[in-house]
Amino acid sequence: MLEYISIIITAIFVNNIVFAQFLGICPFIGVSRKLSSATGMGAAVTFVMVIATAVTWLLQFYVLNPLGLQFMQTIVFILVIAALVQMLEIILKKIAPVLYSALGVFLPLITTNCAVLGVAILVVRNNLDLGQSLVYAFATAIGFTMAISIFAGIREQLAWTAVPKAMRGVPIALICAGLLAMAFMGFSGIKIG
Amino acid sequence: MKSTLVNMVLSLGIITVVAGALLAWVFSMTEGPIKQADLDKQIAAVSAVTPEFNNDPVAEAVDITPEGESTPLKVFPARDAEGKLVGAAVESYSSAGFSGDIKLIYGFDVEGNVTGYEVMSHAETPGLGAKMGDWFKMSEGKRSVIGLNPSATEGGLTVSKDGGQVDAITAATITSRAFLDALNRASRAYSQLKSSEK
Amino acid sequence: MSKLKILLNGIIAENPTFVLMLGMCPTLGTTGSAVTGMSMGLATMAVLICSNVAISLIKNLVPSKVRIPAYIVVIATFVSVLQLVMQAYMPALNELLGIFIPLIVVNCILLGRAEAFASRNGVVDSCLDGIGIGFGFTLALTILGAVREILGTGRIFGAEIFPETYGSLVFVLAPGAFIALGLLIALFTKIRTRSC
Repeated sequence: MLEYISIIITAIFVNNIVFAQFLGICPFIGVSRKLSSATGMGAAVTFVMVIATAVTWLLQFYVLNPLGLQFMQTIVFILVIAALVQMLEIILKKIAPVLYSALGVFLPLITTNCAVLGVAILVVRNNLDLGQSLVYAFATAIGFTMAISIFAGIREQLAWTAVPKAMRGVPIALICAGLLAMAFMGFSGIKIG
Repeated sequence: MKSTLVNMVLSLGIITVVAGALLAWVFSMTEGPIKQADLDKQIAAVSAVTPEFNNDPVAEAVDITPEGESTPLKVFPARDAEGKLVGAAVESYSSAGFSGDIKLIYGFDVEGNVTGYEVMSHAETPGLGAKMGDWFKMSEGKRSVIGLNPSATEGGLTVSKDGGQVDAITAATITSRAFLDALNRASRAYSQLKSSEK
Repeated sequence: MSKLKILLNGIIAENPTFVLMLGMCPTLGTTGSAVTGMSMGLATMAVLICSNVAISLIKNLVPSKVRIPAYIVVIATFVSVLQLVMQAYMPALNELLGIFIPLIVVNCILLGRAEAFASRNGVVDSCLDGIGIGFGFTLALTILGAVREILGTGRIFGAEIFPETYGSLVFVLAPGAFIALGLLIALFTKIRTRSC
């Protein structure tokens, strides 16, 4: 149990996927102008990340490793994630139209979200078992959702401030992200268990 | 090009087969060099830290689990021309680092004095903990661990802040403690190797 | 478009980092020093040139509905080839860049150029576009890496400019990546809008 709590705290705060690992930056910058779309994106990423990690983990340890095809990892993982996102879109449309209308627009963007592929590869590289991998994927996604939501809140305020012309838009947003990353560095070194 | 089911399946199928074949070919070409590169790295690290030897420490490597622990360490024994033990390199780790595990390889002479070390992998803070690659080899103050003997010290080596023998890296005491933790673990494994050879 | 214009397009007018703002993850994650930034840029450029050429070769053979999966397979293949070659002949560099090598496959620059350029132009032009965009990306990563390295450690490409103790460590760490990139983009925008 303690082990899982340690994974969760580390993935959300200490090794935050955006601020410490630099993964998932594109949606972090691209979909953070409004708080509502940021939380939507976060929810969609959480959904896809957990399912994708489960599927790719099983594929890696029950198909690629026994067959000695580890070198196919990148190509298999990206295809599985792309197919999974497509399938989720179709299934959600059919069985949960409410959820689909909330998450639908974000789903196609997730295929090229490097956080999803990144987590799938990281759990294999770090030799986590299936339970640990799922907990890690879920906690990482929560960390992403938290980061993008905080950031969107700041950017909503930022839209009303007078910023020098060249700094408007992405540059000032990046500097805010830098300050946030600095705040998150306060968590580094924390260990549980 | 117009999309029909037949040409969609066909074109994707052909692309995948070609891609798979290309990858398999590159893999068969690079398989040997990749193994060689891994081996070279180990050999380079072992020869960098141990006293001169006449055998092949990598081929003679043994797994030794220090008493009271569960994870075995890889020990590379170094021998002279007569096959007598002159020292060893020990691959060790510590989970006490600032972020994640650190992995190092330490060298010892026959008495158990440290002859050198190399950092294999770590995720410590750049500019702070990451300095451990050079810090514990510097001659200033009590930084260097070269020549010290962890097995001759009760409880192993510790940082001077904890009343020990070695100066910690400035602003990175946790990393320094982890470094010495890994060193003491390596030293215990080496002592076990020595007593098993007698 | 003349050949020269295609080549230069990626460096200034459509610089992938400073103007299009694509491929942010490796841009931030691998620019702790000028050397790592440049290596990452060159690795990406190699894949981009290969995938651009391959995609412009097969563009007329792929039905439009499945073109995106087809492009992803092509890009992923070249990334895997690069990964294997680096493991075999450049193991130290491969370890340094770590997970960002397989993640080239989700770098938006690659799929973006495949869709926007290679699928509509000839082989030679696509190759030139790959070189131009790849060079623009490499240049941006090298500049960012150099700026962070100088401010953080007082070195550039490992050569000392001022003593390390005067450096501001934060630029080597995560926050410095965001801040330095933000300032560089602002500077680039300023220069570009003035010269137009």
